[in-house]
Amino acid sequence: MTTFQSVVDIATKVADGSVTATSVLEEHLARIGERETEIHAFNLVTAESARAAAQSIDEAVAKGRPVGRLAGVPIALKDNMCTRGVDTTCSSKILQGWKPPYDATVVTRLGAAGAVFVGKTNLDEFAMGSSTENSAFGPTRNPLDTTRVPGGSSGGSAAAVAAGFSAASLGSDTGGSIRQPAALCGLVGVKPTYGMVSRQGLVAFASSLDQIGPFTHSVADAALVMEVIAGHDELDSTSLPQPAPNLTAVLDRGVKGMRIGRITDLPEGCEPEVLAQLDAAFEALRSAGATIVDIELPSLSYGLTAYYLVAPAEASSNLARYDGVRYGMRVEAPDLNAMYAATRSAGFGAEVKRRIMLGTYALSAGYFDAYYGKALKVRRLLADDFARAYSSCDVILTPTSPTVAFKLGEKTNDPLTMYLCDVFTIPTNLVGHAAMSVPFGTGADGLPVGVQVLAPALGEEPMFKVAAELERAR
Amino acid sequence: MTTPESSARLSRDAVAKVARLARLDLSADELDLMTTQLAGMLDHFSDIDKLDLADVAPLAQPLPLKNVLRDDVVQPGLDRDEVLSVAPAAEDGRFRVPPTIGFQES
Repeated sequence: MTTFQSVVDIATKVADGSVTATSVLEEHLARIGERETEIHAFNLVTAESARAAAQSIDEAVAKGRPVGRLAGVPIALKDNMCTRGVDTTCSSKILQGWKPPYDATVVTRLGAAGAVFVGKTNLDEFAMGSSTENSAFGPTRNPLDTTRVPGGSSGGSAAAVAAGFSAASLGSDTGGSIRQPAALCGLVGVKPTYGMVSRQGLVAFASSLDQIGPFTHSVADAALVMEVIAGHDELDSTSLPQPAPNLTAVLDRGVKGMRIGRITDLPEGCEPEVLAQLDAAFEALRSAGATIVDIELPSLSYGLTAYYLVAPAEASSNLARYDGVRYGMRVEAPDLNAMYAATRSAGFGAEVKRRIMLGTYALSAGYFDAYYGKALKVRRLLADDFARAYSSCDVILTPTSPTVAFKLGEKTNDPLTMYLCDVFTIPTNLVGHAAMSVPFGTGADGLPVGVQVLAPALGEEPMFKVAAELERAR
Repeated sequence: MTTPESSARLSRDAVAKVARLARLDLSADELDLMTTQLAGMLDHFSDIDKLDLADVAPLAQPLPLKNVLRDDVVQPGLDRDEVLSVAPAAEDGRFRVPPTIGFQES
């Protein structure tokens, strides 16, 4: 596999003047020129503004002015993050052509740290999907095998990093939308603790679940990007009061004495090669001085049901705002209600409609207790299960995805089959914890396997320590 | 696959009603497909029916966050012209919409 320059390397060399941000950017733009038509990672490539940003960093370095921690690092943004004056579509026809009047907080923070934005990446429409095939603008292909999906919903962000179009990217993770594509594309992908990274300017899908996080090639790169984007933001009412954790400092500390949880009743359906890599990961941590502890999470497999009731319910409410009045497209009709329905019916794709319908049903009078109410109770069971498990271990290891990257079209006929991809990633979102996927060996057809490190809320430090150890061992 | 009419869990009429609530116009074909797919999902989601949840408190939000208030002091907001410039229709500094009264609800 091709090795691309790391975030840490680029930032160090641009800051000390040994390479220019412009030359780094041009290398990435050249790769975009070569392969983007085939991959379709982007909804929009912002080459011109990226060149201007890179040039201004080079000028600052030349004049000896201080530059940020991500100086000259080409970064791609999932196209559900608001960028002032730059199209933000959520890969939906309903927002096509919309230019937000403000930047998301993560965009402001990355920009202030010297990052160079190369473009807006493709996603499953409104982040609803696990393959990036639900985009209104066509699917993204996996750069490692273009007959296969990159995963989803942040498939464009994963593909952009895997193809060397950007050194890092941001995605959003509501039920696995960062970790699963990271696993399928051989990358590191982080879903931080709920509230650790500001969501101001992230287009809302399911507000009690959504979190922003990075895709990178290495654990150290992910730690650096996390330190830049994490930390309290008064513009997000669900933002935690804590400052960003110091993650780059813990990477070399090893795992000696740490307790690693192994789920004894792992849900079925994993490919044998995926389970073999998980075993190898446990063995690697044991060799490095950690203890493996057997744990039980009896509610784990019910998480899927809880998620596919809670997330659509919240989405049906969040997506009510797309009504043809304030932004995006409008289909004219003689009265207001008819205009709402005409606009929404023409603007939303099939999967978004399906989830709005499911969510509206789960919240409707007479069904609320049977579906949404019950789902929230299952969510409590899961939280209690995890609390018990974490009394005897520091982190838990699972597969990220039950399978390696699958073929385009393989799971599009039956939405439920697609939903089953998320069985290992969903529980983390339901309980608001931290989790990340680390590439660990290969499975069927030589495709990458991701191992998932789960940690309790604010457990980013132990999580990154274990991730770094797995990276050293692979 | 169950046919729309034969699904015990969900009728085509119930799906049509939900579509109206969600402000979605679904074609007859879309309604059929949606009924089949939603019924299939609800069947799958019935796995939680076997759990004893009587004494379990619901969890709507993962972390114990408190509502955030700030002093009621005027602060700069979004630029009105910039916001209205990306709206489908605007007039006299406001969003323009079709008539809301004087039409019969269908």
